[in-house]
Amino acid sequence: MSTDVVLPVTERGPEAGTAVLTVNGQVRELQVEPRVSLLDALREHLGLTGSKKGCDQGTCGACTVWVDGRRVLACLTLAVACEGREVTTIEGLAAAGELHPVQAAFVEHDAFQCGYCTPGQIMSAVKLLEEGHAGDDGEIAEWMSGNICRCAAYPNIRAAIRGVRDAAGSER
Amino acid sequence: MRPFSYVRAGDAGTAIALVRERPDSAFLAGGTTEVDLVRQDVLRPGLLVDINDLPLDGIEDLPDGGLRIGALARMSEVARAPGVMERFPVISQALVLGASAQLRNMASMGGNLCQRVRCSYFRDPASPCNKRDPGTGCSALDGVNRGHAILGTSDHCIATHPSDVAVPLTALDAVVHTSGPGGERAIGIDDFFLLPGDTPQREHPLEHGELITAIEVPGAPVARRSVYLKFRDRQSYEFALASVAAAIRIEDGTVAEVRLALGGVGTRPWRARRAEAALAGQPASAASFAEAARQELAAATPHPMNAFKVELAQRAIVRALNTLTDGER
Repeated sequence: MSTDVVLPVTERGPEAGTAVLTVNGQVRELQVEPRVSLLDALREHLGLTGSKKGCDQGTCGACTVWVDGRRVLACLTLAVACEGREVTTIEGLAAAGELHPVQAAFVEHDAFQCGYCTPGQIMSAVKLLEEGHAGDDGEIAEWMSGNICRCAAYPNIRAAIRGVRDAAGSER
Repeated sequence: MRPFSYVRAGDAGTAIALVRERPDSAFLAGGTTEVDLVRQDVLRPGLLVDINDLPLDGIEDLPDGGLRIGALARMSEVARAPGVMERFPVISQALVLGASAQLRNMASMGGNLCQRVRCSYFRDPASPCNKRDPGTGCSALDGVNRGHAILGTSDHCIATHPSDVAVPLTALDAVVHTSGPGGERAIGIDDFFLLPGDTPQREHPLEHGELITAIEVPGAPVARRSVYLKFRDRQSYEFALASVAAAIRIEDGTVAEVRLALGGVGTRPWRARRAEAALAGQPASAASFAEAARQELAAATPHPMNAFKVELAQRAIVRALNTLTDGER
């Protein structure tokens, strides 16, 4: 590697600068420092408070969102690193006024008590079903283990996931 | 969280040059360890160079039956790659038993090898720690060290290496490929993970600005029959108290070939060479498995809180070998 590599890249920060994010299909412009997490950008800058801050250290799953269609943790993701990627939050899961089938199943099966972990549980559960890891309760528990529920609504969360899984199966 | 600057690199040469230019810079891949440690003030980078756009995410099957895993391939992608599942089940299993689905979607394979220890004193800037602040002492020696290492320890550090997938990679003699200011090089996994000794701050031989580009696993037919067992305080989403990666081939009732490595008990992923040597040519029996495990753990230096790991690791080895040879013993 030569020492005179051209650097066609822009360093930004540490002060705030413009970042352009695509969130729930909408292009949003915001002023953030590079240290701002995707979670704080969503909640504090874009007013999307559905994603929750539980531990802020990647251990609870309350901040689970999708980046480019994969479930990830918004607290350990930098907002600036999401430029050019597609971010989806619980607010973008279904059209306004409608419920996604997994949201409806959580209501039907009473899959929460306090509700704080629920947006993360649902964002994770939708992907779990897509990934095909809802075979039985053991598999659901293993592949949902990144979403902690301190009210311990786990049996009802699994029931909601089973309900969606079985409904999808009966349509085929 | 301290402020830092950020830049996204489009190619490896640029990324390496950007990091090399500044002593306080670092690569940013999945960020699952790094962002956490910056927030906790354990790491203090002035510039993060985002490498996620580099084309280093391939997973290739090699002609010799081996694998070439791009440094930016995510744990989840490697775990479900057909060539990995079929020829190296121990690698797939170790990946799936690590972290959570969300973290596995984020964490890169290169970053996995570079992840920092989970020692609570390392992660607490108020505590003395030779790894974080060399020369300040090791708080874990006389502290809460139930999760700490019993193999490869020193008077300066007893932190356990946290990676799961590094354990089978160690058993299978993987090679870490890098690119850096000094050009490209290949580092055998035994030379990649360093024992703490009196320089626990030095965990691997990478220079500042040297980037892992790929991990190569040589072809190993023995790995088709392999397993990763992990024992921990809860059933999922937890680091190992002890784990074992094992592969074995039996001929006429005796051990023809065996690979063994331990996780959760060593300051680095621990190749169990004593146990491998003890098993060579021996009958594939529970007795020889137990004797080999005993010999491996004879070198352990436990503390009162983690002494249980000596027995746990031996039982883990025996359980893994029993599992693989069920029906042939």
